[in-house]
Order: sequence, then structure tokens, then C-alpha cells
Amino acid sequence: MTKPQMTMKHLLASFALAIGLLAGAMPVHAEGAEGLMKSGADVRDQASLQRGAKLFFNYCVGCHSLKYMRYSRMAEDLGLTEQEVMQNLNFTGAKFDDPVISHMPVGSAAAWFGKDPPDLSLEVEARGADWVYTYLNSFYLDPHSPIGWNNTALPNAAMPFPLWELQGTQTAEMKAGTESGAAVVEKLVLSHPGKMTPAQFQQATRDLTSFLQYVSEPAALQRHHYGVWVLLFLAFFTFLAYLLKQEFWKDVH
Amino acid sequence: MANVFTNIGEWVNERAPGMAPMYRAHMTEYYAPKNFNLWYYFGSLAVLVLVNQIVTGIFLTMNYNPSAAGAFDSVQYIMRDVEWGWLIRYMHSTGASLFFVVVFLHMFRGLMYGSYKKPRELVWLLGMLIFLALMAEAFMGYVLPWGNMSFWGAKVIISLFGTIPYIGNTLVEWIMGDFLPGDATLNRFFALHVIALPLVLLLLVVLHIAALHEVGSNNPDGVEIKKGPKGNRWDALKPADGIPFHPYYTVKDLVGVGFFLLIAAFIIFFAPTLGGWFLEHDNAIRANNLVTPAEIKPVWYFTPFYAIVRMIPSFAGTAVWGVLAMFGAIAVLFVMPWIDRGKVKSIRYRGTGYKVALGVFVLAFFGLGAVGAGITAEVIPEWFGNVDLTTWENLFGRVMTFLYFGFFVFLWAYTYFGWEKTKPVPDRVTTHD
Repeated sequence: MTKPQMTMKHLLASFALAIGLLAGAMPVHAEGAEGLMKSGADVRDQASLQRGAKLFFNYCVGCHSLKYMRYSRMAEDLGLTEQEVMQNLNFTGAKFDDPVISHMPVGSAAAWFGKDPPDLSLEVEARGADWVYTYLNSFYLDPHSPIGWNNTALPNAAMPFPLWELQGTQTAEMKAGTESGAAVVEKLVLSHPGKMTPAQFQQATRDLTSFLQYVSEPAALQRHHYGVWVLLFLAFFTFLAYLLKQEFWKDVH
Repeated sequence: MANVFTNIGEWVNERAPGMAPMYRAHMTEYYAPKNFNLWYYFGSLAVLVLVNQIVTGIFLTMNYNPSAAGAFDSVQYIMRDVEWGWLIRYMHSTGASLFFVVVFLHMFRGLMYGSYKKPRELVWLLGMLIFLALMAEAFMGYVLPWGNMSFWGAKVIISLFGTIPYIGNTLVEWIMGDFLPGDATLNRFFALHVIALPLVLLLLVVLHIAALHEVGSNNPDGVEIKKGPKGNRWDALKPADGIPFHPYYTVKDLVGVGFFLLIAAFIIFFAPTLGGWFLEHDNAIRANNLVTPAEIKPVWYFTPFYAIVRMIPSFAGTAVWGVLAMFGAIAVLFVMPWIDRGKVKSIRYRGTGYKVALGVFVLAFFGLGAVGAGITAEVIPEWFGNVDLTTWENLFGRVMTFLYFGFFVFLWAYTYFGWEKTKPVPDRVTTHD
């Protein structure tokens, strides 16, 4: 057992362990993640966030709040001025420093749809960006549903599809009944095109997903901004510490 | 300037003459073996993480609201409105998980090099007490954000005590202070998490290090340097193979700290949830006693122990056996110094049986972790198709449980009956990095 071998072996073992821990950790988002579409959402793409915000405030805020998100913080992070936000995105008369609260009266939605629309501040953190993106692309007309719409990502969702004029309407082709006798959706087909092409609509929902991902963790922008510098500093620090150690240990034999 | 420092030093020394000798005894004149390898970084790293948890914890406490109504909102307040709050919280949450990474590796080092053996039994026992206190500390900290997994995790774990015959249900109510985890539970967990257990942990860490410095550190060769030749460059009466802890190991540990912080910073800044392992997705939903998460499972560091509870069937009309087995899995580690009768400490000179058994033990630990984390529940249908999941998961989990406890039984027999064929241990330490 020579000395360098022992050291290398342990070094490699520890690195393998560290990398294994990091790599093995990644795919755990898998809770029911099968069949989800890849969102491609990117919170670092500011233009995408701005387009997503526009969609959110035109189509979603009527029912859904973002109670942890302030208009002012959003303006700062998305590169928008106070005026732009107050004129183009804030339709509720809220103050600039207020959080984004829907005008939908609490309780009445429960009467109309059977359920109050959930706050979406943490939706992406709870379900993942891919799920939100898939959900937005999986609405179809369902004559059996009380609201006329259904969704393959969240069967029997109580939500009508507000983006139908953009996507058009999808209908479901059903598979033959399964063991339990329930009908299963084979695939969704665009039966009636909307204002957008399928590619444009996917981009739009990607923007919306990016925006919601930003809302679920505004700090992500700061993390990415500072992270690189912190790592560079630590790499330099570790290098100096290594030199210091070599110097001190010269006389240990 | 130097004169001022000297004067201050003398002023203190006149009034507290015991301090300088104490500093020397534990730092500049504490002689540690010169052959520590990579595995010996994790003790000092554990201290580093402990300090991180205390400092970031203090700042979190300033902005956290320990009530069922306010806790979840206050965490988002920290994440969004408190200056650098997100960094403080991620340092704390990442630190919690890395604490267990570091402590598991530190304990494994102890198993590998026989650091629990005479004369270090007390060091090991105090270390195990630290591990126990750390598990309690981590569990209560996990409940505080009051997400849905906090709530259901707390409910399930506390309910384990409900399996104790006769007093179980009363005990559960007594722990929660309610019939469900609620305000009372959150308040007492907060008190225990920020005051009681940190005090216990700090005291135990001081005792752990004091006990270690009394007997001296073990090393990868398992050679007692105090029994070896005397005389080094600093002291004619001290071990020849020892070097002063300060500055030699302080500068060496600094390198370990650098590497460790690189990994920690990568997680904090680029993957704070680590794909759901360090911060769970279900905890982004407020605690709700009406909505059960799809799968209730503890954070990764508890999964091996949680799996043991699940794998032991109930019989004789009670499910207490699983809970006993889970505590047994930790209790058996306490008595490790008396299970292992082998005279040779380090794995370098131990018999093949020990090496294989330790490898199997590690595999069993990971296997149980996979069961507890729900990985087997995903992987079994994927790999083996349409089989009965419960049967196969139970089979796998029970084999792993058997191997976990089997390690200790084997080790006792292996050493008690003298089956172990050891290699000759050298008189002096062999190598150093």
C-alpha cells in the first residue's frame, strides 16, 4: 500500500460520493412526472418574463392572486417602470407596493366553479414548471364536464380555459375503456385553430410558465447573479488555503 | 501596535491565568497523528455547519412567526421582503442537510478506522448522543415552515409514539398539545428548536471534543501514537508521530472548508431545493389537515430509519415493533464498542469479513433510504413491470433491514469467536497526505 494510491483512492471515492449525491438527487421531481412536457422555462430570459407577465395580467389575474408578489418588486425585477406596470398590468387599482390580489370576491368563485381559484404565488415551486406548462397545454372540450372543459394533467379541473382564443380548442380522442371501465384520453387534437399557431402558443405558455416560476421564487434572479462570483471567490480561497497548507506541511515527514 | 496586543494579553493573563494553558492544551500543544486523510475533515466541518446553523438561525428567528396562522407567510416574507433573507434561509436549509451528510461520513470514518474502540468509547457515546440530539433538532426544524409536508410529517412521526400500548394515544396528545399538530405543537417545537436542543448540542459537542482530547485522536492506521516513541520537534515527551493541531490541522482543515463551501455554495445559489431532496415540493403548499400529500415521506436523512418502521409488520395486536426496531437501529450503534471485540482498529489491517460486512452495511443503509424515500416504489414497476409492488418492496426492504441488523450480529460473532484473520499492525503511522 503505497501512499499516493491510498490518497487517490480516497479522493476519488469522496468525489464519486459527492457527485453521486448531486446527480442522484436531480430526477426526484418525478412524483407523477411521467408524460409531462418539457417547459423550457427560463427565469433569466427577461423578455420572456415580460411577455409572461402580460399574459398573466390579461388572462389569469381575473381569478388568481399572487399574494406574495408585490407590483413594485415585479417592476424592478422585470425591468419595467412604475408607470408601465400601473398602466398596463395593474387593473385592480392596487397601490404600487401592494401585492397582486385578484378582484374575484372570495367565496363567489366557489359558488360558480365549485372551488375558489388557488393563489398561484408558489404554484411552480409546488408542482414544477413542467407540470404548469403541460397543464396549460392540456385543456380540451368535454361535454360531460359541468364547465365544458377538462384537462389531462389535472382531470376534472374546475377551471375553464381562458386562453382558448389563443390556442383554439382541443378535443380528446378516447382510448377504449380500461379495467376500471373509465375512459382514458388517447391524445388531444386541435379541432379548431385559434389566433396563434401551435408553435406560438407553446412559446406563450412557456413565457407564462417562466413568469410563474419567477413569481414562485424572485430570489432566483439574485441567486444566479451572485452565485458565480461566490463560487469564483471560494475557488480562489481554496487555492490559497491549499498553498498555505503546502507551505506549513513542508516540514512534516 | 504589537505592544498594545502584548499588553492586553498580559492584562488578561494576570486575571485569568488558566486561559493560555487551556488554549495550548487544545490547540498548539494538542498533538494529533500526522497521517489524517480525507475522512478526517468531517469533524471540523460538522463544527462549521453547527456554527452556520446557529448564526443563520438567529437571523431567521428575527423574522419568523411561530404560529400556525403566520408561520408559512413569514417564511415567504423572509424569502421576498427581508434583505438577504433568501440567502439566510437557503444557508440554513442547505446547512441542515449537509449537517447530516457530514455527520454520516464522520460516523462512517469512525466505523472504518475503529475510532469507537478502547480508549475512545466515551468519545463515541457522546458522538452518538449528538447524533440523537441532531435528529430531534432537525425534525422540529422541519416542522417550523408549516408547509403541508411539515404538517403531515409531524403527524406521522409523532403518531409513531401512538403505537406504544396503553399510553400511546395519551402520549401523542401530550407531545402535540392538541389532537392534531397545531399552534401548540408549533410553539413548543420552536422553543425546543431554537433554545433547548441547540444548548444540548453545544454542550455535547464541547464534551465530545474534551473527551477526544483526553485520550487523543485515532488515525487511519489505528495506531496509538501515545504508545509509540516519544519526542518530536516541539516537545521531547510528546508522541513522535504527533504534530500540533494548530497550525498544522487548522490550515489543513481550511482546505477542506474551502472544498466544502464550494459544494455548499453551488447548492445554495444554483439548486437550493436540490431537486426536491433538500426542500420538498409539497412544502410549498401551506399546511392543510384536509389535503394529504400524495406520498408522505420524511426528508432524506431520516429515510433509512423510516423504512425500518415500515418494513417491520405488526403482530400480537400492536405495531410498536417497527418503532422499537427504528430506535433499535440507532441504539445498536451506541453499543458498537462492546459488539466489536476485535483488537485491530483500522480497516487497513482487519479481516476480509469486516471489510465485506461494512460494505454490506453501507449498501443496506442506502437500500433502506431508497425504500423510505419512495424510490423503490417508483423503480420496481419501471424495472419489473406489472408486479405486486407491496410484496416486492417489502421483500427488498426486509432483506435490507435484516442486513442492517445482521452487520452487528455478524460483527459480534466474527470477533467474539476469533474468526477474524487480521494483518499485522505497524508500530508507527505509515503515511500522510
